[in-house]
Amino acid sequence: MCPAQPDLVAECCVSLSLRRLLPALLYCDAMEIFGVPLQAMMSQLLLGLVNGSFYAMLSLGLAVIFGLLNVINFSHGALYMMGAFLAFIGVTSLGLNYWVVLLVAPLLVGVFGILIEKTMLRWLYKLDHLYGLLLTFGITLLLEGVFRSFFGVSGQSIEVPEMLSGATDLGFMMLPNYRAWVVFASLGVCLATWFVIEKTKLGAYLRAGTENPKLVEAFGVNVPLMVTLTYGFGVALAGFAGVLAAPIINVTPLMGSHLIIVVFAVVVIGGMGSIMGSILTGLGLGIIEGFTRVFYPEGSEVVVFVVMVIVLMIRPAGLFGKEK
Amino acid sequence: MNKNIGYALAFAIALAAPFVGYPVFLMKLLCFGLFACAFNLLIGYTGLLSFGHAAFFGAAGYFTGHALGAMGLPVEAGILLGVGGAALIGLVMGMLAIRRQGIYFSMITLALAQMVYFGFLRAPFTHGEDGLQGVPRGKLLGTIDLSNDITLYYVVLAITIAGFALIVRTIHSPFGQVLKAIKENEPRAISLGYDVDRYKLMAFVLSAALAGLAGATKTLVLGFETLTDVHWSMSGLVILMTLVGGMGTLVGPILGAFIIIALENKLGDVGTWLARSTGIEWFSTLGESVGMVTGLIFIVCVLLFRRGIVGEIGAALAAAARNRKAS
Repeated sequence: MCPAQPDLVAECCVSLSLRRLLPALLYCDAMEIFGVPLQAMMSQLLLGLVNGSFYAMLSLGLAVIFGLLNVINFSHGALYMMGAFLAFIGVTSLGLNYWVVLLVAPLLVGVFGILIEKTMLRWLYKLDHLYGLLLTFGITLLLEGVFRSFFGVSGQSIEVPEMLSGATDLGFMMLPNYRAWVVFASLGVCLATWFVIEKTKLGAYLRAGTENPKLVEAFGVNVPLMVTLTYGFGVALAGFAGVLAAPIINVTPLMGSHLIIVVFAVVVIGGMGSIMGSILTGLGLGIIEGFTRVFYPEGSEVVVFVVMVIVLMIRPAGLFGKEK
Repeated sequence: MNKNIGYALAFAIALAAPFVGYPVFLMKLLCFGLFACAFNLLIGYTGLLSFGHAAFFGAAGYFTGHALGAMGLPVEAGILLGVGGAALIGLVMGMLAIRRQGIYFSMITLALAQMVYFGFLRAPFTHGEDGLQGVPRGKLLGTIDLSNDITLYYVVLAITIAGFALIVRTIHSPFGQVLKAIKENEPRAISLGYDVDRYKLMAFVLSAALAGLAGATKTLVLGFETLTDVHWSMSGLVILMTLVGGMGTLVGPILGAFIIIALENKLGDVGTWLARSTGIEWFSTLGESVGMVTGLIFIVCVLLFRRGIVGEIGAALAAAARNRKAS
């Protein structure tokens, strides 16, 4: 029904890394933390970091979109899925290079997002926020249905690019290169986004638009264009995350919907007021999830929700949030 | 006056229906109608969009199924257990969710419902992916045998009408008026001295309990309960039913539920017919792509007729009345 997507990652990661790590374990098995071998702990933490960077990228996109459009983009998960499928189509059917796909697929997703904004979302800005949520929910169902009718529900995957295959021995653990790349690339994109929004003139326009769109428009800034491009950029981030994920998870039409619910919880925990807040919350929760998988595997799929409950009880506005 | 005639007519149709249509399907319609009405109590009359109503619907279904099957309790106790369980989950979820407003409320309910989903996926008594099978119908009050579809239909009809009557009564009560005030302008309701959070929570629990009643009844009717009912897509489906029929209208959600459930059941036939009459082979797969069609309806509803069928009719009638008065 609803594949617990992070679990799939966990399984393939564990089996992959165990195979590679077996020789390393032989000389390393003396090192344990709370009875858990350091190796296993580190690989779960790395996996947590990988998931965390997906959470960070998606919640960042949601926050940027919500700031300017006042729309909670439910279709974020579906567009992440679309990015992964575009990567799959590009690599397997068109024979494209991974790096080309990594660039082109997010662009296509972004263009698709711009079409959505131009043709549909645009008409809802003056209405209650809930209509934006409902519309994007409908888009999610439609996209999932379309991909399902073409690809079925069974999983696809693409090869890890040759340059990033294999693993690096760090002494205390084997680091699968592709996973390191995922974390590195996501963090890079997140920090670049943070820099553009917080430190550049373009970002200043954007923040001003979030604050008071009418006034910004009066100063001669083309706010509708800015809104369109912001939405396009936000969903392109989701598409980028999808391409990054494609080689390490099962690419299925439903891969986005579980993720988006977890990301919603992340957004509730962090609040959508701050860009850096979104990034840190996403990463932090990924790591917490990784830890949980080491010490209490059954709890790993709900730990983010549990954290959400705790945050709601202690600090209802969210860690970085202010009520809006 | 007109309204009473309408209700009487609907009641007469409902009484005669099982002799014309397939009773189990009709009972399913009634259950989903009640479910949508319960959901509408929140969105239409309190202004809270819950994205987690599947949790109550499905939880009650599981509790009732377990009580009737594995525990062998009588029907009344089983349904009561389902409703009580749903209300309890509603109380906990509501207490957490009302701590945030607007769109965050929806996201919190969705996340908490997903937590409930995993709970039912892992709990041993639900049998995971297999679900509960062969739930017995038993005897009502120890005498009336419910294994007869027609008998059960009238019981389900009575439950639905009772639930519906409770909702109508609630909406027209002073309590319901406060809820409406909260929907229209929450800060003003607060400044008038109403404990808004308490009202919201009460509405949430009531809605959860009624959704639970619908879920419990559905398990009784169909004799099985699976994870589909606690899945987030069920929460989406009940939103769609309410949206299609008309949010904030009394009978809209029932109509919406009938349309969506009928569509879900007959989509395969429609697809086959379309494939045959247009010659496009692709249409024959329509039965498997219910999600695609529901998604499309969602988009069309949100963009073109947000008031839903009943809401649009009501608006058209009101406009006609205004014109008559003006001329």
